[in-house]
Amino acid sequence: MFNRVLRQLLYAAALILAVLVLNFLLIQLAPGDPAQVIAGEMGGANEEVMAAIRQQYGLDKPLLTQLGLYLGRALQGDLGMSYFYNRPVTELILSRLGPTLLLVAAALGFAMIVGTRLGLLAARNPRGLSSAAVTVLALVGYSAPVFWTGLMLVILFAAKIPLFPVAGMIDVVKQGGPLMRALDIAHHLVLPALTLGLVYLAQYSRLTRASMLEVLGADYIRTARAKGVSERRVLNHHAFRNALLPVVTVAGMQFGAIISGAVLVETVFSWPGLGTLAFQSILARDYPTVLGILFFSTLIVIIANLLTDFVSRLLDPRLAGGR
Amino acid sequence: MVEPVLDIRNLKVDFATRNGVAHVLDDISFTVEPGELLGIVGESGCGKSMTALSILGLIPSPPGKIVGGSINFQGRDLTKLSQAEMRKIRGGDIAMIFQEPMTSLNPVFTCGEQIAEAVRLHQGVSPKAARARAVEMLRAVGIPEPEMRADAYPHQLSGGMRQRVMIAMALSCEPKLLIADEPTTALDVTVQAQIFGLLDDLRRRTGTAIILITHDMGAIAEMADKVAVMYAGRVIERGPADAVLDDPGHPYTRGLLASIPRIDADPDADLPEIPGIVPALTDLGRGCAFEPRCKLAVDRCRLAQPPHFPMSSDHSAACIHLEGRVIPA
Repeated sequence: MFNRVLRQLLYAAALILAVLVLNFLLIQLAPGDPAQVIAGEMGGANEEVMAAIRQQYGLDKPLLTQLGLYLGRALQGDLGMSYFYNRPVTELILSRLGPTLLLVAAALGFAMIVGTRLGLLAARNPRGLSSAAVTVLALVGYSAPVFWTGLMLVILFAAKIPLFPVAGMIDVVKQGGPLMRALDIAHHLVLPALTLGLVYLAQYSRLTRASMLEVLGADYIRTARAKGVSERRVLNHHAFRNALLPVVTVAGMQFGAIISGAVLVETVFSWPGLGTLAFQSILARDYPTVLGILFFSTLIVIIANLLTDFVSRLLDPRLAGGR
Repeated sequence: MVEPVLDIRNLKVDFATRNGVAHVLDDISFTVEPGELLGIVGESGCGKSMTALSILGLIPSPPGKIVGGSINFQGRDLTKLSQAEMRKIRGGDIAMIFQEPMTSLNPVFTCGEQIAEAVRLHQGVSPKAARARAVEMLRAVGIPEPEMRADAYPHQLSGGMRQRVMIAMALSCEPKLLIADEPTTALDVTVQAQIFGLLDDLRRRTGTAIILITHDMGAIAEMADKVAVMYAGRVIERGPADAVLDDPGHPYTRGLLASIPRIDADPDADLPEIPGIVPALTDLGRGCAFEPRCKLAVDRCRLAQPPHFPMSSDHSAACIHLEGRVIPA
């Protein structure tokens, strides 16, 4: 047990280092010169100013030296200064991390809970109407691009039925205690979480349906029926937990994709998270910030994978190992 | 005359298939008395397991459907009960163990939980009492350290141990009838003997009637009181085990008995076998279903399904060659 955790942490550390190096080198290949962008922000410059900017930000040093310096500082938790915001990248990212994690967790939780339940419903009668409805929903949800779903929801809820706010995370006008604030955030969270979650809800409902239908043919389901277990309990208790295993695995693997999906959703809904920050930093050629965001995404994905592993072990005693 | 626990009369089960209606069970009749062990033998696909599933009301429907006959269990016709009423009987008064112990237990629950679930469903006791009962049952089926094994997951046990868990689960609610569908097929020979011994022992102690579905003619010879031989969805011979084994009336029964490998046989000789395969149930002719494979077949066999001809007061077989045979007094 202890050994396994230690080994996984070592792997994670090696992976993080590799990601840091790769990201740094990759971004150098991207077109655009940060010095020019910075000069542009300042309202134009001549060669001397450009050289001064390059020297100030260490852009005049050889690539490998830049990499070494970057790694050295990164290991101490210093990801550099943002060219664009003029704040330490770590501080900048940490201020945006919360909203993104909230959005991703809400979307994933929504997709998981509603998706698996819909799949269960569809599996109850695989040739019935509810099953067909779930299949259609899954197809639509899966094929509709996130930004399109987002824009459609904005149109629907901004113009037709103004039930939910369509931009931002908090209402600056509203006053009140922490509870009011939490409610306000939850209110703002509905549409972005719905948008981001729908794609995954579609996938999980399909996956759960298929997985349930497979599990329902298993011998142990026949055993459960033979001992007098009701059909409802067969589905919800005996089959569902077994059917969840592949869904959890897939959800864990998709965590990285969900974060990149969050970039689009945050942009559409002006959600003040990592996604909007990533979008703006890329446009501004703000390399330290982009690298910092990539680094944090990696961290999140690694943690998500460790968590998935843990949950799978909880669900399936066969994975827990040992006699 | 003892009142039978189970009295099946003229049971017919049809399956709708792409190639037409298959008469999966055709006119099945037999009885089981309390404490009795009925052996059902026959090749794969002859309807043995389907008979068991029909008794429990578990035939997959659609495509399966009971189209005739009755299954009387303790004075009630099981074919007429609702699903809710059947659930009370399943696992309670009638329990079943299956041929695949490796996959018949749910991998995500402990053995104890799975036994306790059956107890709670049928006896309405507290979780604690159900757990105590589970441990007691594990001990009764000869599992060492039952308290510990109750917390084990199925994958942590061997095949033989898992089948013992299945038996413990089936017997936990003291059923009047236990259906064992090839309970030893997937097990080692030595473990097979243990499981059969366990079943025999439990029957003697608890008086539970057992229907044993098996290929193992040795187990039949040793344990069964009565035998029903099935072929292509019909019972073609039934009677006391001794009588059927010593004086088989149907050519198919004789073939089955001849196919048992003998330890004193000439090692160079081929094993006797019954040529051909079981016919598809969708295109049975009018005549005897065994006729295409039968050495004794004559033209008359193709005309109509032979009825059962008595060979003694309780032994009969469905073969026209038995017509007119003198029944010993």
